[in-house]
Amino acid sequence: MTTATKTKMQAVTGNQAVAEALRQIDPDVIAAYPITPSTEIMQRFSEFVSNGKVETELILVESEHSAMSACIGASAAGGRVATATSAQGLALMWEMLHIASGYRLPIMISLVNRALSAPLNIHGDHSDGMGARDTGWIQLYSENAQEAYDNSVMAYRIAEHVDVRLPIMVCMDGFIISHSIESMQFLEDEDVKKFVGEHKQIDPLLDFDNPKSIGALVLPDYYMEHKRAQHEATTKVKQVVLNVSAEFGKKFGRDYGLFETYRLEDAEVVLVALNSAAGTIKDEVDRYREKGVKAGLLKPRLFRPFPYDEVGDALKNAKAVCVMDRADSYGGHGPLFMEVASALYPHRQGPALFNKVYGLGGRDLMPHHVDQVLDETIEVAKTGAVKMIKEYITVRN
Amino acid sequence: MSTTTKEKPVTLKTLTNKQDLLSGGHRMCAGCGAPTVVRQVLLAIDEPVVISNATGCLEVSTCLFPYTAWRVPWMHSAFENAAATASGIETMYRALRKKGKIKKNMKFIAFGGDGGTYDIGFQALSGAMERGHQLLYICYDNGAYMNTGIQRSSATPFGANTTTCPAGSKIPGKLQKRKDLTRIMAAHNVAYAAQASPHNWRDLMTKVKKALASDGPAYMGIVAPCNRGWRTQTDDSILLSRLAVETCYWPLYEVENGTWTINYDPKDKKKPITEWIKPQGRFKHLFAPGNEWMLEKFQQIVDEDWESLKKLQGTFGR
Repeated sequence: MTTATKTKMQAVTGNQAVAEALRQIDPDVIAAYPITPSTEIMQRFSEFVSNGKVETELILVESEHSAMSACIGASAAGGRVATATSAQGLALMWEMLHIASGYRLPIMISLVNRALSAPLNIHGDHSDGMGARDTGWIQLYSENAQEAYDNSVMAYRIAEHVDVRLPIMVCMDGFIISHSIESMQFLEDEDVKKFVGEHKQIDPLLDFDNPKSIGALVLPDYYMEHKRAQHEATTKVKQVVLNVSAEFGKKFGRDYGLFETYRLEDAEVVLVALNSAAGTIKDEVDRYREKGVKAGLLKPRLFRPFPYDEVGDALKNAKAVCVMDRADSYGGHGPLFMEVASALYPHRQGPALFNKVYGLGGRDLMPHHVDQVLDETIEVAKTGAVKMIKEYITVRN
Repeated sequence: MSTTTKEKPVTLKTLTNKQDLLSGGHRMCAGCGAPTVVRQVLLAIDEPVVISNATGCLEVSTCLFPYTAWRVPWMHSAFENAAATASGIETMYRALRKKGKIKKNMKFIAFGGDGGTYDIGFQALSGAMERGHQLLYICYDNGAYMNTGIQRSSATPFGANTTTCPAGSKIPGKLQKRKDLTRIMAAHNVAYAAQASPHNWRDLMTKVKKALASDGPAYMGIVAPCNRGWRTQTDDSILLSRLAVETCYWPLYEVENGTWTINYDPKDKKKPITEWIKPQGRFKHLFAPGNEWMLEKFQQIVDEDWESLKKLQGTFGR
């Protein structure tokens, strides 16, 4: 039973969906610098500002480094803050990402995932988000425009929660989602406003009755306590995500958890993948199920902090699991693979595990590619033998 | 040698009633010019003020956890972004004021050293000035990266010996003249740009008042002697800032909405540059036999800059 008003389905791009979420949230300050493929979010938002649809003060900075710096200043000052970026933009912010999380500032980035240079490429992969996985930000990944929108609506409730107070990235695939038109359902402005709620700042900088110094030099005598406090805050994220998602589901009828499982319950061969590829994989899982193969999918939503226990439990009964990474950790396994492997470590009598790297720089993942992976996973499930732990697919030899 | 001001002159009598907003007990070196500059700046302000501070000596020495020397809201986030961070703070202030969530009138100041201002923070500073935030950026200029151990910056004077342009047998210290950032800021057509020196506190504080009263962004470059980097006596900081002005190495001037005014013109009492550089160990090698050309060149640089400043005043003055 949902309590909110139903709105009609609309055809929009992913960027449009996120821009709408930002309009409805109406943050106090947005500081941003354009970069493909996230540019459209800020262009649309700038129109909202110019036409008085929002109260947001926009800072059109001269770089992403300054975008995140201004976000940090604004957030510490005492209000709700957002930005949008992709790839090189996020890379240029890298220094400041750590400072945003270290200062426990609940800033939101709409991250439209794009390949990092070099070689220069503007299309979608996850190397930007994965490159920022150790920055202390919460990361929510989104399969499609609807999920990117819903995650954006939920983002501040998670980030600003008193137990959490950490910055958050809402990720979706560049071009594949950001620029494709698909049908989705918006929430009413009032419902979003009510759900997101008023921003309440603990210890704002602009409080002259209690002047604060933010950003002290902290030497070995205290540094580690600060970092442990940050670590402890991240351990609270999971429950807050579950609670906020449950409330969202109850109000609006779309259910989200830490990850999505698709025909996973009794699955013997399982693929794990983030974002848009999950849509293609679901179709192929259906086809293989029709052929009598017990195939399934696990699509992580919360990647940071990673829900190790839950993912391990969800995968432990499979015979073979292939983790598909749209990014590489050069010299290591794919970043998602490494997390899934950690999650399965307590279940090491469980599934055989291997890793495919696919779709870098926007290379398409077609249904027949998924079939090849499923076929190999079936083989591994039968024999228990993994030929190669990490392998590039969808690539010329 | 007063500024051409509409502001009321600052008097010692009024200052004695004000609390120092940067407390004692901080860990800046004895004899450092920077805290003197900061205290003068803060004493000049009557409204609530919020500080954004670039990484550097001032930042690491005044806010060492769990202590702080600041009696005003203060924020540091990184080295190259004091202006961008201040942009965010100032914008949030406007956003909250618009919504009635903040009632007070507040002022915003960013402090950076010459490293955080002339070099790594130059882009963020330029961007903030162009966007027109209502903030004052102050560079306390000691002419090198002193916090990391006296490395060359683009504000380092010609000839100086630093740890990354050491005076050696082949290369006698820094071969380039310094970047003139105050003029570059004036070229941004900011509401107010000025140079000041702590030896002339009245001029410095009047300039801070004017900068904060102006409609739009403002920039001030303030010379701040560093006895560690300049290789000078710890009690010579004010003397050396005075000599920097009297030799016209660091002219006191201001640019108000495009109008250039030199605030101190020594006329025929202009001192030779050697009077400023002689007491400084970083220029010792300039007085060694064979390096006479360096003294001549230094004097020539100062003279040319001074003449060109006078021309600017002649053309764009009152």
